[in-house]
Amino acid sequence: MTKFKDQNIEVGITPSQTVGPFFAYGLTPKGRCEWDPNGQYSWKETIGDNLITPDASGDRIRVEGTVYDGDGVPVNDAMIEIWQADSQGRYAHPRDGKALPNATFKGFGRSATDKNGVYGFETIKPGAVAGPNGKMQAPHIVVCVFSRGMLRQIYTRLYFAGEAANAADPILNLVPADRRGTLIAAKESKGGQTVYRFDIRVQGGNETVFFDI
Amino acid sequence: MSLVYPKESLSAYPKHLSPGYKSTIKRSPSKPLIIVPHTLSELTGPAYGHDAIQENDNDLTKQHKGEPLGERIIVHGHILDEDKRPLPNVLVELWQANSCGRYVHIVDQHPAPLDPNFTGAGRTVTDKEGYYRFITVKPGAYPWGNHKNAWRPNHIHFSFFGHSFLSRLVTQMYFPGDYLFPYDPIFNSVTDEKARQRIVATFDLENTIPDWALCFRFDVVLRGREQTPMEH
Repeated sequence: MTKFKDQNIEVGITPSQTVGPFFAYGLTPKGRCEWDPNGQYSWKETIGDNLITPDASGDRIRVEGTVYDGDGVPVNDAMIEIWQADSQGRYAHPRDGKALPNATFKGFGRSATDKNGVYGFETIKPGAVAGPNGKMQAPHIVVCVFSRGMLRQIYTRLYFAGEAANAADPILNLVPADRRGTLIAAKESKGGQTVYRFDIRVQGGNETVFFDI
Repeated sequence: MSLVYPKESLSAYPKHLSPGYKSTIKRSPSKPLIIVPHTLSELTGPAYGHDAIQENDNDLTKQHKGEPLGERIIVHGHILDEDKRPLPNVLVELWQANSCGRYVHIVDQHPAPLDPNFTGAGRTVTDKEGYYRFITVKPGAYPWGNHKNAWRPNHIHFSFFGHSFLSRLVTQMYFPGDYLFPYDPIFNSVTDEKARQRIVATFDLENTIPDWALCFRFDVVLRGREQTPMEH
């Protein structure tokens, strides 16, 4: 078999297309979209909404929110992916050269919104990570939104309410002050668990800040 | 290796708002996206190994008691970065309609049969040459509600991981010569003709297996390239 055929590869990246409405049985089988009318299809989950590993140190938190469209209607077929550092601010990736005591903590999760447009993750509150020009970034989670009606993913960031470091965060400071609040997750308590609420408004008056990256 | 992710490469992407695809009208940001530098948070990204994958995850014809109905096909290709460097050990996921154009999803209620021998989900990890391969059946076209008499061209949904979270790609692979291309606003949301051809697989006679399955090649280029000395 001839595997490689470089001449077929055009210059340039492969364009994005929408995730569509039917991804759940492939990408989020334990997600909350109902997809299995006959109850006969089983599919092991590769990437789920619980990021906590046995060796993960740090504060256990829940991150939860509702995704809304431009009419304020909950989006019940979105997929949210999050990428974060561990509690000591280290990414499980070769580019972050620091040692990794939380060796099995990957920092990556995926959640489908349910019929009410709600997504959620069980995770660890990340630590501060290095930023541009030797400055530190406040603890944050990179959030990526995919959905029917989105031809390409949109990126945003979740910051934590009450963090003193938010004031000096180099990325937050590039956001107009009157829109910064859309990136700050509110701290709540639910049955003794700390929950950070991060609603995502794709469009409209209080539109979430999205990044051109 | 210090990789960069030039934003100019994204010019091939569809615009967030492409009114021909009606669902984009209420689901696209209306305010300008905020330009920020790439930090460690963007330049790193999830890495997955072989442990996540089970046998037959990449053969959609062997996931049930019997074989699914439809044209058996092979879909294979290489995952590369912008320097054409292969991406080994990266997760590739796919999902698709069955040969009748029906998805195993409660929202898909169009009057075509489900196939008890076909789910339509697959995944694999690329080998050390950045190569992946799936065996499946050719998905059927299906109607959707975007406009009068709207039908999606045959396509397979794909999800890819690359060097970083910026390389993340979800796209659709189409089949060469589809007569529905001119009418599909999702396919045509990629306005540049050359870029659009990059989401169309090529028919691969050389790797077609005689008396068994047609083969299609779908090579994929993800964001990320070496920094040139000029950029330091």
